[in-house]
Amino acid sequence: MTTIRPGRAALHVFIIAGCLIMVYPLLWMLSSSFKFNTEIFSNTTLWINDFTIDNYIQGWKGVSGVTFGTFFLNTFYIVGMSIIGTLLSCSMAAYAFARLNFTMKKALFAIMLVTLMLPFHVTVIPQYIVFNKLGWIDTTLPLILPKFFAVEGFFIFLIVQFIRSLPRELDQAAEIDGCGPIMKYIYLIMPLAMPALVTSMIFTFIWTWNDFFSQLLYLSTLSKYTVALGLRMFTDSTGQNSWGAMFAMSLLSLVPLFAVFIFFQRYLIEGIASGGIKG
Amino acid sequence: MQAIRTFWKNNWVGYFFLSPWLIGLICLSAFPMAFSLYLSFTQYDMFTSPNWIGLGNFTEMFQDRKYLNSIEVTIKYVLIGVPLQLTFALCIALLLNRGLRGLRVYRAVYYVPSLFGGSVAIAILWRQLFGGEGLVNEFLASFGIEGKNWVSTPDTALYTLIILAIWQFGASMVIFLAGLKQIPTELYESAKIDGAGRVRQFRSITFPLLTPIIFFNLVMQIISAFQAFTPAFIVSGGNGGPLDSTLFYTLYLYQKGFTHFQMGFASAMAWLLLLTIAFITALIFVTSGRWVYYQE
Repeated sequence: MTTIRPGRAALHVFIIAGCLIMVYPLLWMLSSSFKFNTEIFSNTTLWINDFTIDNYIQGWKGVSGVTFGTFFLNTFYIVGMSIIGTLLSCSMAAYAFARLNFTMKKALFAIMLVTLMLPFHVTVIPQYIVFNKLGWIDTTLPLILPKFFAVEGFFIFLIVQFIRSLPRELDQAAEIDGCGPIMKYIYLIMPLAMPALVTSMIFTFIWTWNDFFSQLLYLSTLSKYTVALGLRMFTDSTGQNSWGAMFAMSLLSLVPLFAVFIFFQRYLIEGIASGGIKG
Repeated sequence: MQAIRTFWKNNWVGYFFLSPWLIGLICLSAFPMAFSLYLSFTQYDMFTSPNWIGLGNFTEMFQDRKYLNSIEVTIKYVLIGVPLQLTFALCIALLLNRGLRGLRVYRAVYYVPSLFGGSVAIAILWRQLFGGEGLVNEFLASFGIEGKNWVSTPDTALYTLIILAIWQFGASMVIFLAGLKQIPTELYESAKIDGAGRVRQFRSITFPLLTPIIFFNLVMQIISAFQAFTPAFIVSGGNGGPLDSTLFYTLYLYQKGFTHFQMGFASAMAWLLLLTIAFITALIFVTSGRWVYYQE
């Protein structure tokens, strides 16, 4: 028979209370998004007296004829391309660092580690100037193209660590079977490194989704706006009397993040705990 | 000729796989850094060619009230926000690490704010929560306390952003939890036999063995706090107000570079930010020998 110790129970109560304080703002935003604007401020509890989905319908219409559908599609496009670019370029570099030999390997690896610490503000101004000369301002190229050149060193590091933990015997077996280094990358290392690749994918998704600075910098036409930019424009244009619609769209913008969290929680938590990736 | 051929033969595969990163390193990091260093000594508005002014930007900076203010705001944000955030993260991690049932659920709930925290949506929510008619004031009103518009009062605006930073302690907590799991339980068992209480166990076992992780979290959080941008931008409506009380360093850099097109000045600011971060990181590293305990 198990006995309930009072100390334990108190601890649970305390921790659950903490959880509630932490997520109350989010739950409140959720419930408010289903309330009429008049009710949002007169009723600050989570209970909904008068349920409506009007906020979602009004909000989805977006700003000056551009709907949130467009903003979402634009964001998914940028996120998708960023993921492809990051996985390809970072896994290639990681494979080279973890399994191949070449001159200056140690020095280059050290340089890669140093770039992890660099604030991107040092490079953003010259990059902007060059992209401007190339006529790429107000296109998605400045947001996507760098991802194909492994600018996120964190993922190289993460994948390197993972590949290093794979047994070398597998490599030797593949070599005996006549696998060259390129075949080994495609058919042996990449499938085995899948967990590290999934972690990299998830974090690329989250970072790109939450990125605001570079989108603000490079995108200026409304129809090219991402969800983050659309939301900001929406708050500026609708003003104080439509919090409901604003909450509804804010909440929708968090749904993809939440979905990733629910489906890939294990990879996410492990990525933070072991790889030292900022959450 | 022969030497080049053998070099190529030994290295081409490695450099082939490394090429995307290497091109990125040269074109997107090394060259831009050199270029921005050059620009920091010039006046440049993107329309006329850069005009060399030596240390002009740097001397101008330290006579610029707004610039000095942005340093003060950022340092306050870092010095108050980071320690509080890490303290919360450590305390909750310690509570959760006592073999509780439902640990995974609790951990997930505490982590969620970290996942969302950097987004525009949460910044919008924050503007409402701490606004004049916001949830916080409604809550205070139920205790008969009259609130104010926390976001548009210069004295309190920054603190709403600090609370937002603390709210996101979940990621550091996850790292602490992983660290706590690494501490061998035998240490606690023998400590108990020796009659050590909870506090003593924390001071003599948990804390020393956790210092490498505290060190790591400290460095990472300071680096990212110095670069915070989105919350200040959205909550203040893009201007760092009221009265520049939330004008973060990066926000001022953005204004200088991309609304006033003073690219030289902004580059100088970026380089000072880089040097500051490098200096503080180095400082923590150097002093770490005194307080970080590495297990052999």
